[in-house]
Amino acid sequence: MIQFHSWAEFWAMGKYAAYVWPSYALTGVVVLLNVAWARGLLRQARSEAQRRMALQEERT
Amino acid sequence: MTWTWFHRLGSPPYVYALARRLTPWFGWSAALLMLAGLFGGLVLAPPDYQQGDGFRIIYVHAPTAWLSLMVYTWMGVAAAVGLIWRIKVAHAVAAACAPVGASFTAVALATGSLFGKPMWGTWWVWTPRLTSELLLLFLYLGYMGLRASFDDTQRADRASAVLAVVGIVNVPIVHYSVVWWNDLHQASSLTLAGKDTIATSMLGPLLVSLLGFTLYFGAILLVRLRAEILRRERSAAWIREALA
Repeated sequence: MIQFHSWAEFWAMGKYAAYVWPSYALTGVVVLLNVAWARGLLRQARSEAQRRMALQEERT
Repeated sequence: MTWTWFHRLGSPPYVYALARRLTPWFGWSAALLMLAGLFGGLVLAPPDYQQGDGFRIIYVHAPTAWLSLMVYTWMGVAAAVGLIWRIKVAHAVAAACAPVGASFTAVALATGSLFGKPMWGTWWVWTPRLTSELLLLFLYLGYMGLRASFDDTQRADRASAVLAVVGIVNVPIVHYSVVWWNDLHQASSLTLAGKDTIATSMLGPLLVSLLGFTLYFGAILLVRLRAEILRRERSAAWIREALA
């Protein structure tokens, strides 16, 4: 069952908007940042490995 | 009983390929469950009879707090496996866990503070639950700092693994602190014995969120683990194939 009758009521969160929304926002930001961070690390590790292999091929 | 599965899990090429195959399954099921939990927690669950809509913070606070402990347990166990059997992949798992665990421990503390202010009237109290969770954050940061202080990966692995293993003692302390001591923090809403102290309509979204965050951590760990393995396996021939 949907608990709110209007968007205004939803955003107000009883009288707890100042605590509920920052909690959700912070969690959401950290969830997304961890995705970006992990993917960035993998991309970086990949391109470094590729550079290493190219160097090895030059030597041989 | 054969131990081939255990030996295979110690092989970097095998684990790299396995992680690549599993990541989308973990990632997409996590995204689905987290969105469902978000909707359930914010919109479908009824307001608490004491805490009103403020109790909805639990749907981000409990999963992040759960992650803070689960990730540490993974890190500690992986570090122990790495120390005992000298398995490089296990050390890579432990190293991949730490920054994720640290970030969610910080979120658990922050959302706890945002929960505590309207419900208890204070952002922070030095009770066992809060203090031991703060110590958990310092254990993660100490582990990362210790790793960063070594240039040699193998020495970093061994030294940091000792810290990770010793720090596991803190995990049951965080979990049972509200049982062992009279804490301002409420006791757990969920029990394995099934005597949950939460209404079913509120419980559903919480379970969905908990499962979603758990799978989410799985996806993040698998991606980070691949990066760790690539970084460690400097010139292995299999990398050429894996990257092709």
